[in-house]
This record gives sequence, C-alpha cells and structure tokens, in this order.
Amino acid sequence: MMEPRDEADLADIVARANGPLSVRGGNTRGMAAPGTALSLAGLSGITLYEPGALTLVARSGTPVADIEAALAAEGQRLAFEPMDHRTLLGTDGVPTIGGVLAANISGPRRIAVGAARDFALGVRFVDGTGQIVKNGGRVMKNVTGYDLVKLQCGAKGALGVLTEVSLKVLPRPETSASLRVPAADAAAAVDVLSRALGTPYEVTGAAWDGADALVRIEGFEASVAYRLDQLQAALGGAPAAVDWDGVRNAATFADTPGDVWRISVRPSAAPGVVAALPAGAQCRLDWGGGLIWVLCAPGTDLRAALGHLSGFAVRVRGAGPVPMDPPQPEPLARIEAGLRERFDPKGLFRPTLAEV
Amino acid sequence: MDMPIPDSTVLNRKAQVVAALQKVLPPDSVISDPAETRAYECDALTAYRCPPLAAVLPSTTEEVAAVLRVCFELGVPVVPRGSGTSLAGGALPTADCVILGVARMNAVLETNYADRLIRVQTGRTNLSVTGAVEEEGFFYAPDPSSQLACAIAGNIAMNSGGAHCLKYGVTTNNLLGVTMVTMAGEVVEIGGGHLDTGGLDLLGVICGSEGQLGVVTEATLRILPKPEGARPVLMGFDDVEVAGACVSDIIKAGVLPVAIEFMDKLCIQTCENFAKAGYPDCEALLIVEVEGSDAEMTDQLARIVEIAKRHNPVELRESASAEESAAIWLGRKSAFGAMGQIADYMCLDGTIPVSELPYVLRRIGEMSKEFGLAVGNVFHAGDGNMHPLILFDANKPGDLELCEAFGAEILKLCVEVGGCLTGEHGVGIEKRDLMDVQYDPADLEAQMAVKDVFDPAWLLNPAKVFPLPASATRRMAAE
Repeated sequence: MMEPRDEADLADIVARANGPLSVRGGNTRGMAAPGTALSLAGLSGITLYEPGALTLVARSGTPVADIEAALAAEGQRLAFEPMDHRTLLGTDGVPTIGGVLAANISGPRRIAVGAARDFALGVRFVDGTGQIVKNGGRVMKNVTGYDLVKLQCGAKGALGVLTEVSLKVLPRPETSASLRVPAADAAAAVDVLSRALGTPYEVTGAAWDGADALVRIEGFEASVAYRLDQLQAALGGAPAAVDWDGVRNAATFADTPGDVWRISVRPSAAPGVVAALPAGAQCRLDWGGGLIWVLCAPGTDLRAALGHLSGFAVRVRGAGPVPMDPPQPEPLARIEAGLRERFDPKGLFRPTLAEV
Repeated sequence: MDMPIPDSTVLNRKAQVVAALQKVLPPDSVISDPAETRAYECDALTAYRCPPLAAVLPSTTEEVAAVLRVCFELGVPVVPRGSGTSLAGGALPTADCVILGVARMNAVLETNYADRLIRVQTGRTNLSVTGAVEEEGFFYAPDPSSQLACAIAGNIAMNSGGAHCLKYGVTTNNLLGVTMVTMAGEVVEIGGGHLDTGGLDLLGVICGSEGQLGVVTEATLRILPKPEGARPVLMGFDDVEVAGACVSDIIKAGVLPVAIEFMDKLCIQTCENFAKAGYPDCEALLIVEVEGSDAEMTDQLARIVEIAKRHNPVELRESASAEESAAIWLGRKSAFGAMGQIADYMCLDGTIPVSELPYVLRRIGEMSKEFGLAVGNVFHAGDGNMHPLILFDANKPGDLELCEAFGAEILKLCVEVGGCLTGEHGVGIEKRDLMDVQYDPADLEAQMAVKDVFDPAWLLNPAKVFPLPASATRRMAAE
C-alpha cells in the first residue's frame, strides 16, 4: 500500500503511475477501485478553523471524527450529517472527510440544509497527470470561474484525488425534538411528511420506520417547544425520542441478512416504487420519502425489477459486483467520458463510476 | 478591457446567417436590423457596448436547439442572455455573435407542493417564480437585488445569491435539475425532482458556468414554505472594526440570522439623505434579520441584542411593527439608487473571510485616498460578500480607467486575504483579466478543459470568464 506523505508526494506518485490506482480514504464502504492501493491516511489534519466565519479547512485524509470533535468544541457541526457506513456494512476503517465529499455522503438533514456538496467551499486535487489543481476557496460565496468543487463531489475519485477540502460548518442547535405520527404504509407516511415539510416549522428530519412517520425539529429550546406543539396540532402523533443516528446509518437493516439498496425519487413517487418492490422486500423512508432504503433477497437486481425509474437506485450492501448504472443517454455519456478523459488521460482512477 | 477582433468571415456572411435563423424561427423572433439589434448592445455593465450580428428570441427548447444547430453549423458565436441585468458583462455581445435571448420563455411548467418544487422556463424572472407559489405559502429563496427583472437563466449562469443566502444558500443550492441545449443543438435533461443521481454532478458545474457550457431552457427549482414572520434589528457603531467583531460574535453564538447587512459611513449618510430612513449618524451600521413566530423572533433578537450591547452600539433599534421593519430596510434597499444619485459608481462583489473585514475595510479606505476616488461599502456581512461602490465621473476623461484600476486593486486584496474576485455577480468580462490573480495556469486549464468537453468549438460566450491570452489558442482553433 502506498501512503504519500503530502500533496507533492501524491502528485509525484500519480505523475509516474501507469496502471490503475486504488485510492481510498478509510475504505469503510469497501468500494475502492481495483488497482495499486493508495491510502490518503498520511494527508491528515485540520489546517484552518474559523468558528466566527463558519469555515474549516482540512486535508482529505482527516478522520471525520477529528473534524466533528473540533467542531463540537466550538458548538458547531457538519450540518449535512454524513452517514457512517460501518454500521450497515460491518466494516472497519476510519471514515475520512475526503471520502465523504468524494461520494457526496449526506444524511437525513439534507432536505433542510443540503448535501455534502452544498457545504464544500473549495478543493485541492491531483488530476490524473499529477497536476495539482485548486478550485473554489474558503469563503461562503464564490462564483469565480467554474465550480469544479461540485464536479469533484460525488465523482468518487474519477476526476482526481482530493488532497484538501474547505467546508462551511453550522452552529449546533441548543436542542432538538421529534414527533412520531402513526403511518401504516409508505403512502400514509409520505402524506404526513409532505405536510410536515410544507409547514414553516423548519423540519430537519422526515423519515418513516415502517410504523411511524418521524419528524425532527432543532433550534433554541423555546422555539423547538413551540414548533413541536404546532406540528403535533397539524399532524397528530406524539413527541418521542428518535434515534436519528440510526436513521442516518440505516441501522435497522444492520443485523438482518440480505442486500440493501437505496433509491432516490421524488417523494410523491415513493409509494408507487414501494408498491413495485419484489415480494418480501422491506423498506424505510428518509428525506420525506425522497430516499427509500430497501432490504431484499441477496442477488436481487432492483434496477431490473423496477424497470424505468425516474430517479436513481444503487446497491449499498451485497455480494459480488453491483449491477451497472443504467447507461447515460447521449450526449451526457459522451460528456462524462470526455471529462474523465481530460482529467484522467491515463485511466488511473476508476474503471466505472458505478459502486464496485 | 479588450474584446477579440470579430471574425470577418462571420461578419461577411450576416445575410446567410440571418436567413438560416429565419428558416427555423417565426418571423418576429429574429432581429437583424441594426436599429433594433442595438437594444442588445450591453447589459447592466453599460460602460461596454457592442451591437450583435443578430438577436433571436425563441419560445421553446426546440427553437433554442434549432438556433444553436444553425450557429454551430455556420461557426457563429452565441451569447446567451437572460434579462440583461448582469453587472459583469456576462451578456455583452461581440459584433460577430448571435444574442440568444430567453425572455419569451417564461412559462411555469409544473408546480408541486408535495415535492416542494417548481419547473419553469428560464426566461421567467426570479421574483415571478415566488409569485407563482406564494398563494400556497411558498417562496423561491435566492433573492438577488435585481430580482424583479433578472431571469432564472441568468441566475443559473451566474449562480446568483442575494441578501438571504446566509440561511438559504445561493442558486446552486436551490437548483434541482435543468433542461439544457448544447452548442451542437442537443437537448439534455440533468437532475430533476430526485436528490441522488448517478454519474458526475454535471448540474453542479453547469450552474455558474456563465452560459459557456450550454443554454439552460428549463429549470426545476426547490421551493420552501414561507416563514411565519421576519423582523430586523438595526445597530449603529462608532467603529467599523467593532461592527465586524459583532458580526463574528453573533455567528459564533449559534444564532443564524437570515441576513446580516453592513453599511459604512458614506453609504449611511447617502442613503439617509436619499431615503430619510432615520439612520443614525455613525461609522458603521448593521441590519440583522431573523425569522419565525413572534415569540421566536423576540427570543432570537434578544440574544442578538445582548451580543450587540457588549460592543457599545450608539444605536439599537428593534423593529416592533411592519412599518418599522420597512423603515429599517428602506435605506439599505435604496443604497444603490442613492449612490447613483450622487455619482457614477462601479459595484464590486469580492468575498473575504469574515475575520478579515476590519483589515480589508481599512485598506480600502487607504487606497481610496491614494486613488482619489471615494468608496462606499454596503454588503452581506454574514458571508463576507463585499460590495464596495467606487464613485467616479463618467464624463471626466480617465476617471473610468482610474476607477477600474482601483477596483482591480480591491479585488486583488480580497484574494490576498483568502477570499475571491466575485461572490455572486460572476466574472463575465469585468473580472476576466484578473482571473490569474486567483488561479494558477493549471487551475484555469482544468476549468477550460470542462468547456472543451461541452463546447469543443468554443462558440458559446467564448470571450468571457478566462483571460483572453489564456483562452486564445482555443478560440483561434475554433475560427
């Protein structure tokens, strides 16, 4: 396993490489590409943190836990609530901030505040020729040139190796509270969650655990109490403790055997998709119905089972290769191939964009 | 500011180009009479003007595709145009270009409150997107100052912000999907109502690409439920640095206001003379706005006021009614108009780390003396997005050039302290030649590589964003 000491060292390795590199952060998803292993553990550390400016800059191999600890000490947090895959996958390793951004990992709060990509202010990366490139910066508003920061977020390393990221962070709220509203099926749940998200009460979590719709609000104590009352009056149900870390990590499927998929659709389309799932599949909802977690029999190809889907389905847990992403229509396929060719002309990074 | 020499082979073929465009569009959608094309000679950066070869006003995505196919085949550059409100010259034509205006494409295609989205044609104005959903209690969050006039197409091209993006984000954070036409005339659908997509985040790079990657004809936008209420507090300080420290302390305390606006002495006085908003006579003024129910706003404002009091404000005025709120905002909202009354001005929009605010304001003050031009500062303090307004006299020979030189020095200062050239207006032509202050050649090369892939012939808005020498080879190859 190669472990570059710093960005320059990494650039040198990439410049000289002539075969596939398997770049990984903590590899907690076990989805690193095939090739010579290259760990970013050596590129670690917070390089700048200004709580008064809500910004933090860290090297890409920095453990997420280190960042969360530094933020917690100042009463702040990563608002996009990235999932920790170790719970669901039973993997070990240390989740890194570079991995979180490269895969655009975002939790329940995405519907209120945005995804990982929405909090990425700047990146430094090494492209496939070994060239060091920077884009964006460390300020919250920046439209100077093209937004390669977004392009790198979610590219899963296909367009280069992230070496440093700068993030917008947010205050940690004083308190949070949740409401449980009975919902027998996905349709009833989406109805409750859509109504909740249509109120001005700033819902920051909207999930369904198979029995109840779960609604979360956060903020100052008095405000949370007020909004909880208003939501209860509008939706029914009762205040209750909810394990939102569990929702975030799909923990409910952690100890049950079977493949796990996530499907992203418009919330209003979720009941139809759930109804079309193969017999025996179980599901949970997040993002107001916009995210469907599915537990199904090993080897199920949910993409094939669902047919044409106006949305995106991907397997997160299961043995063997993940069924390929459906091919992009032209000219998008050509554009993606063109970008990969430009940023990775030697074909070092990922054979496909699909999870492997 | 230079623009490339127009391609004479295109100029000489004007009749052929116009005829080809007339073949694919209704007669009233092609404008080629020089008396009429002059209407498109500039955008809101009026210091630079150039009538285009022709202008077209298509009504549908299909018509846009037909126009682009014609221009692609004939090798004619295309400059997309929303409402022409760009302060950066994003829609400035070249003499050899076709202006593609989306103004006629203003339909609402879908509203869906359960999914909290709206799909519109991109010629629709920013404010009228909110107009289409406000009866149901929703709004579209990004609120650039020009929101009454500016089009969603331009908002997407420039990734526009506004006063309230501290809480709600800018355009890219509220854009769910687009229908886009490539320069070759191919129609693509990217994103939509679902949040996860496969493949690369092309939507993320298209937003903010200043019309250089494709023409966005339809957009799916996130809409939000309107807050129960909004209430501002006005604070005056005798020292600019103290006001800056107060902003930082508010943010550190865990209160996240929807807006924190800052005005300096020149702006305060000018706005007061113009709008009679009752502003105090002081060095710095902050307007902080919170949202929520009455009780929530009272609670949040109490926290903010408590922090402000630690900084010895000379004035603290909490709004107690809609009229008082309007009075507090009145001066700020008329700032640009008020400054325009006393002089010509150039509005910059560099962003800096909030912690550098006092230093940067002090340096701007010093430079103001060196250049002999006055500067007013009015800006979004919560996110460090400055708006220095440099006053000059357009009728005085050399004053515009002096003003531009001063502006460039301010923007270099923004980059020097860890910020950027433009926070929400875009690069256009205005900041194009300063791009290498912020970016190394390799950084610009990576960005231009993206354009190479989307628009290999470099026909879409080609003379913008990148310094002309940096993009020369590519633009020449295209000719």
